[in-house]
Amino acid sequence: MSTLDLTGLTARPSQVWGAVRLVPLVRGEPVEGLRLHRLVGPADAELGYVPHGFVADWAQDGTPAAAYGTQLAAGGALPERMPLRISGRTGGRRTRLRFLPQQLAVDGYLARHAGGPPIVWEQWSQRAVRHGLPPRAEEAYQGSEVRGLADALRVFELHPGQCGLVVYVADALAGAFVVPHPEDYRVLHPTLVLDLYGELIHHYATYMAPVPEFRARIPGAGIRSLADLRAAARRQESDWAEFHGSVLAGGLLGPEHVVRTLYRMGRFTLARLVPPFAPKQENHLGEAILDGAGRIAYLKTFRLSESQVRRGHLLDRLAAHDWHLGDTAAELGLSEAQLGLRLESAGFGSMLRQDVLDGYRSGRG
Amino acid sequence: MDTYGDLVAAEDVLLFVNAAITSTGQREFHSDAAEQRLSLDFLHAYILGNYRELYAATLALEINDHNAVLIVRRLLESSAEASAEQRRTEGRLIARRLALLPPQRVYGLFGALRRAKVNNRRTRAVIRDWIAARPDPALDAVKYRGALKQAVRHAHLAPAATELGGFLFTPGRAARYATPILESWRRAHYQRSALFELPYTVAEGFAARQGVPRAEFLERIAPRMTRLEQLRLQESAGRLGAGAVRADLGRMPLTRLASYVLALPVADRVARRAELTGALRTAALRAAGGQRGRWGRVAAVLDDSFSTDGSGAKRRRPLAVALACHHLLEALAADYTGLWTSGRTDPLLARPSGPTPLGLRILDALDTAPERLLIVSDGWDNAPPGLAGEVLRIWRTRLDPDRRTAVVHLNPVYDADGFDVRRLAAGVPTAGLRDAEDLPALVEFARFAEGRTGLAELRDHLAAATGRFLAAPDAREAR
Repeated sequence: MSTLDLTGLTARPSQVWGAVRLVPLVRGEPVEGLRLHRLVGPADAELGYVPHGFVADWAQDGTPAAAYGTQLAAGGALPERMPLRISGRTGGRRTRLRFLPQQLAVDGYLARHAGGPPIVWEQWSQRAVRHGLPPRAEEAYQGSEVRGLADALRVFELHPGQCGLVVYVADALAGAFVVPHPEDYRVLHPTLVLDLYGELIHHYATYMAPVPEFRARIPGAGIRSLADLRAAARRQESDWAEFHGSVLAGGLLGPEHVVRTLYRMGRFTLARLVPPFAPKQENHLGEAILDGAGRIAYLKTFRLSESQVRRGHLLDRLAAHDWHLGDTAAELGLSEAQLGLRLESAGFGSMLRQDVLDGYRSGRG
Repeated sequence: MDTYGDLVAAEDVLLFVNAAITSTGQREFHSDAAEQRLSLDFLHAYILGNYRELYAATLALEINDHNAVLIVRRLLESSAEASAEQRRTEGRLIARRLALLPPQRVYGLFGALRRAKVNNRRTRAVIRDWIAARPDPALDAVKYRGALKQAVRHAHLAPAATELGGFLFTPGRAARYATPILESWRRAHYQRSALFELPYTVAEGFAARQGVPRAEFLERIAPRMTRLEQLRLQESAGRLGAGAVRADLGRMPLTRLASYVLALPVADRVARRAELTGALRTAALRAAGGQRGRWGRVAAVLDDSFSTDGSGAKRRRPLAVALACHHLLEALAADYTGLWTSGRTDPLLARPSGPTPLGLRILDALDTAPERLLIVSDGWDNAPPGLAGEVLRIWRTRLDPDRRTAVVHLNPVYDADGFDVRRLAAGVPTAGLRDAEDLPALVEFARFAEGRTGLAELRDHLAAATGRFLAAPDAREAR
């Protein structure tokens, strides 16, 4: 367990457009040795990464493939990828970089993050890929459908040395994005509009009034010279960075995340960040690449909706009790049948054997 | 003593003037064309309805052509509401302004009046007088054939020369024309060499029809181009190898020249540094005129943030205005410091990128203890937001209460949502700016924007401007 640490990244003043607030994160020095993979990025480095859901023509034969989970690969090698069959209507001809249509990605995240019995998971994720989400699953919206986000990103003025962005909609943290090098960020900035955002974010963007700017305010008292004025102006900047870290981004930086290391390559570690799945609180899933000192080189988070948190919570508790239904039910204060039905309604029915499930349904369980 | 109503009136007129200087109804960085038009249309209707005389008087100020046309059109549409005295002044202002506008704008206006079915006696008289004053009716007939024909028909006019009537209304009947340009037009339909005697825009169509290669066409038509056509086509003609298209950069107006420079790739700018800088300085000295070197210690904060990229319709316009102001202020000041928001120091290589830390840059400028501080920015101060306003407020109230430094903010972008240009601080006057050449006049005008001068003074200023405008026949053509 550890909290997210954005050492090396400074929050600069936010830029507001309607209900969207964008907070740039700036690095003094880019992270050495890690760049966007040469197939999708502008430069070469010893190690390359590919963000989750990124679609590109990797086999170089015209068939698009997606990164399923963020990939880390040595500069020359091809990263792991999933071939895609994209129907003509969604633009099989387009060779531009884009992200997966997100049915896959969000549940992909959940599936990947929750761990669980591997055999069943494979089956389940195949089902998800083939049939989409279970019918109760909530919607995720592409950034272009979130009102004002596309314009906000278009008119956003990039800071020199900017390596990341935190997106707020109606001042709810929608996601954070960090890369190792400013040039990578420049390439990926427009793709933020292709990202997925949860139902909550979409609704906030639609119904909220514009958020206010945090305008600078300097009390006049005690200022007797230009130097005083300059010091006061400088203080505005540091005050803002502190305020952002402790208040605005508190939901992301405050709670402890489980850091699940996936693999190491060179001095970098690819890890998944699993939130505590605490109901009725902000929960952000994420993927990160950490350098040798544990600083964040790459980060991408997605804010889970309330029902996703509940589902994650169920899986989390099950995993904690080694997938034993009885023990888990006891901890949650439920009967085993109630837990079984709850699992079914959360879309995990196929994890249970049909006769067991039927037993629960008829109330005999 | 001004009443509350007078203060409101002064404020309304000022914001209208700012809008009429900056907005061209085109897409801007932060708002699209429809928003700009809607906002501007509202202002026009509002000012015309409430302050007709002041509305007409703005024709005498440095407003842009788009708004001049709109004002003339609305005045003519609502002729019936004007008193005899008003009509007399308006008539003179309209005639004067139309004489200064580029002809295509005026023909566009006549077309709009025709589509709007405005055909009162006054409108017909305006059209008649303007067409009668054209220096070369035959050239107009060739270059603006359709527009002239419609205007003549709409205003019930008989074309000046008998041959023109036939040319406009029954083309193809005459076996030959006595007027050379009409005859060239007739022959250009089948004879390749004749099309090179026509104006560029007309010849372009004939060249396409006769399959003249673009490079050859540009090479031979170059002497017939206007100077702005030469400036616009110089680069593409150069790529095709038509070296004859050469704009004389020394004769170009300052802001146009700045736009041209900013459209060049960085490598070209570096390679032609001496030539470009020289041309910018020449144009700036010409624009400065008699005020050269008279402004004392001047510091400028110039915005080159990403938002100065403008839009597809107004490419890099705010940045071009800032670059032009940089050179003009250099010419006006005895001692000049120009500070770009990005921190870059080479104005020739300016490019729109990065945030807008206006507040900190204003502090840097105040450090040089200037007599005048000019801020050229679209007013989207965002790093951090509002810091520029706070710095200026405290500077005014605590550090410089007796106003040794005159601060003026010039804004090249109309903010459609606010019905005005964006302001930085209450105590600092903000004026719209279209062409850097108007900067001295606008800095003088900006004192009204401080909210300390009332309607009476504003009326006096407008009356004086109107007097000058009507009296000096060549004041604006000089530049």
